[in-house]
This record gives sequence, C-alpha cells and structure tokens, in this order.
Amino acid sequence: MEEIRADGRNPNQLRPFSCTRNPLDRAHGSARWAQGDTIVLAAVYGPKPGTRKGENPEKASIEVVWKPMTGQIGKQEKEYEMTLKRTLQSICLLTVHPNTTTSVILQVVGNDGSLLPCAINACCAALVFAGIPLKHLAVAIGCGVLEDGEVILDTSKAEEQQLKSFAHLVFPNSRKSASSKAANQKEEDSEQGLITSITHGVMSEDDYFNCIERGLAASSRISDFMRTTLQKQAPGDA
Amino acid sequence: MAAETEATAVGGLAGEMEVEAYRRLFPLAFLERHLRESVRPDARRPAEARPTTVALGAVSSAHGSALIRLGDTAMLASIKLELTSPPSEAPDEGSVVVEFHMPPICSPLVRPGRPAEVAPVITKVLEDILMSSGMLNLKELCLINEKACWLAYLDVYCLNADGSLFDAALISAVAAFTHLQIPLVSVGDDGRVFTVGRTEGKIKCEFVNREKRKLKLNNIPFSLTCALHKDSVLADPTAEEESIIETSVTIVLDSSDHIVSIQKPGGAVASMATIKECISLAKDRRRKLREILMDSVEAMEVDQTD
Repeated sequence: MEEIRADGRNPNQLRPFSCTRNPLDRAHGSARWAQGDTIVLAAVYGPKPGTRKGENPEKASIEVVWKPMTGQIGKQEKEYEMTLKRTLQSICLLTVHPNTTTSVILQVVGNDGSLLPCAINACCAALVFAGIPLKHLAVAIGCGVLEDGEVILDTSKAEEQQLKSFAHLVFPNSRKSASSKAANQKEEDSEQGLITSITHGVMSEDDYFNCIERGLAASSRISDFMRTTLQKQAPGDA
Repeated sequence: MAAETEATAVGGLAGEMEVEAYRRLFPLAFLERHLRESVRPDARRPAEARPTTVALGAVSSAHGSALIRLGDTAMLASIKLELTSPPSEAPDEGSVVVEFHMPPICSPLVRPGRPAEVAPVITKVLEDILMSSGMLNLKELCLINEKACWLAYLDVYCLNADGSLFDAALISAVAAFTHLQIPLVSVGDDGRVFTVGRTEGKIKCEFVNREKRKLKLNNIPFSLTCALHKDSVLADPTAEEESIIETSVTIVLDSSDHIVSIQKPGGAVASMATIKECISLAKDRRRKLREILMDSVEAMEVDQTD
C-alpha cells in the first residue's frame, strides 16, 4: 500500500495551516483560517442584547450563518450551521452573559476538503479574538479511512471523493503538560474526550476508534499552534 | 440552578409541591432524581428504548409506505415512483429524492410561519445515510437502459414529534422501501409510457416489464439516538429528555455491525468509554429492530397471498 498521498504527504501529515488575526475591522472578532487551499473566514459579532424567540433567556445564545463559496443556501449549509451552533454552544460559557446573542458568520473562501474542521477552527479563533468567554478551545480535524483501514489526516477534496469513509472530529484542546510525569499523563488521557463527530460512509468500529486516536494525536499539534497564535498580543497591549 | 439544588436539599418544598408542578419548574432536578434510582420519568431503564411498531402499506395510493410508532413519536413514510429519463453520466441508474417534513401537527413548537430548524438537517442526513449505506442499488431502479428509469420520491412526514426523530424517520424510510413494489408499465398509443394499476380493466396492453417486483435491499441500516448526561446514557430520549439534555449521539449501524454514521453534534465532552457503550446499545437495538421489521414484512406477505 502506498504511503505517499497524491500531494506528497504521509498519512499523518497535516497541510500547512495559518491563522490571520482580525482581518475584518467592523467585526468584534474575526479570523481567516487556512488549511492548504481550504480557507474559511469567520466573523463574530457580539454579545448583542436580546435572544431570539424560543431560545433560553437564562443563557447566551449563538447564531451561526454559513455562506457557501458559490450557489444558494441549501440543506448542506443548514446542516453545517446546526453542527457549528451546537459545537460552539458546548465550548462557550453561556451563563456569563445571559439574554444575549452572539452571531458567528462564516464565509467559505476556498474548499479543498476538510471544510467543516477548518470552519470550526476558524470560529474558535474568531471567538477568542472577540473576547467571548470560552471553557476551552475546540480543535477540529478531518480523518479519512482508506480501503485497507489505513487512516489519513486532513483530507483534501480529491481524497474525500475517493475515500470509502471519512470523519470530522472535534476535540477540546489538550492541556499544556508542565511536567511529563506518568501519573499526569494517565489523567490527561482519561479526560480527553470528543466534542463533535460527524462521519460519512461506512467504516468498522475499529477504524472509527483508530481515527479518534490519530485525530487526538494531531489535535495536540493544532492546539500548540493555536496557543501560540492566539496568545500573540499586538504591540502596545498590556 | 442554585434554586433547584436548594429545593432538593431542603426537601420540604419538594414534598409539598405537586409532582407535575415540580416537573415543569425544575425539569433537570426532576430528571436527576429519577436517574439516581436508575430509572427515567416514563419508568424505562436508562438503556431501554420505547416499544416500536411498524405498519406497512399505510398509504394505499403510494407505491410503498409505512407508518412507524416509536413510543409516542409517529412517522409516515411514502414512496411514489415516477418515470423519467436517466442522466447521461449514469444511464442505467434511477434516483431517489428524500424530503423530511415537519408539519405543524407534530409539535406545538412548529408553526406555519416558523418551520422547524431540524427538518432540513434530518433530510440531508437521511439522504446521505440511505445512499452511503449501500442499501439501495440504483441500478434496480432502471427500466429501459438509457431511455427510462424510476425516480423515487421518498416523503417522510412527522405526525407526532416526541424525541428520536431521526431514528423513527430512518426506520420508516427503510420500511417503506421494503414495502415498495415497482408497478407494471406499458406503452400507450401515443408512445407515452404509463404505469398500470393493480386491477386495470379489460384493456389488454403490452407490458414493458413482466411482473411487479420488489427492490432487493442489502445492508439495511438502523439507528439509535442516545442522550448523554454526566455519567448516564439514556437510549431513545423523549422530547422532554431531549430538551433538558443537550448532548446526544446518533449511531447508525448496518447489518454487519459496521458504523454507517456517528453523529454527535456538539454537546459535552464524551469519553471513549461512553461512545463504546452507545455503540453496544446500538448493536442490540439493531437486532431488535431488524426482527420487528422482518415480522411485519412476513405478516404483510401472508395477508397478500390470502
């Protein structure tokens, strides 16, 4: 079985990713997250006063609008909106600003596979730049399962179309371990869980847990990247 | 939240208040009191799903239909076939169009001007799963290669929304496909192809296809939705439980226990052990659902031969 993928990466290699801080002036927080050629621009406005009818006024509510690159808004966009809304609701501290609405608007600039994970990463960064209180960060990764059960990370569009099945997984960001004692490691492993999982295609149970393992390992790399990018302060800030 | 824990701690207020009032005012505390005794408000065990009934052929004018009851959740699925010409990329395949409707009858939260947000999402996921599970072989929906094929319109109507909407929608769609019979077709005088009903009169027409046939279905997918609350896993949640518990996992398995889909949109962080528990519950549920479906198919075939 070939180890090299179409674009020359090995199975565990992620595409080069970048995050631009606040490219939009008017939004309270925004981020442009790029993973290879998949680029998503996320803008956060909020907290704004008042909640929509039907939402719980004792908590902050999150509203997501997904704008595709081309075409009209259809069922796929509604599905993405619902997944994003529920993922972001689980990472935000909703009781800090009750009876408010935070709007997250996503614009797909480029789609070359792993679109949903890229969008989730972009939203998370935009929420941090906007100063919305979060419990922890959400780190998203796309995994694909090949015919022989091999797992590849950060699938491109061409790979996704050929794959038997793929999964989009979101994990909470890993803790920075100051001291790597064995006892600490065990605690951290048992606390590592899954926030969101969306799968497409048929895969066996072992393949799925394989994906989760590889995804967890890769998520620590993305967590480190997020930690450095999101911490960088503009000159002049205290 | 503080008020709820105070109420339960003091006990006096809880004792004096009527059960129904307590249920409405402190829904989370009400549910947690039950879960401490390993029971749910409707007296089920946490891992138990609601009784399911399948009635095939509920809509006589449709080519395939099924009415499903999953506890109080009721879904009606119907399939109508239409002749169309196949696209050039796939001249020997038919196609399926899936639509999930939530009319205002199903829930007080749905109004004509305020459609349910969850309806287009369920439509999309249902379509993905029916296609990706390999249950349908689109080549079977072909009539005449390159000239005519069947377009199946699958409409699933939610008649009563009481939780686990996706599970009920999937069973109803699958049941409707097992009931589906491709009708006889003949060519009219003007060259138009039309479908012939069961008891069509004395007109002797040439039939294009020999006999009515059913679709051959392999790898039928079944699903189970579990609500996750702290340490408890509640299988097949009702609408009340779904509104209190925000985290849920939907697992779809096919006949070889392979995972067709695991949908966990957000919610609290779930450990691997919890996911494994949900998968094993889904496996048990798949076996039971398959039995229920096969029983109703047999019962219907017996009726038809009489």
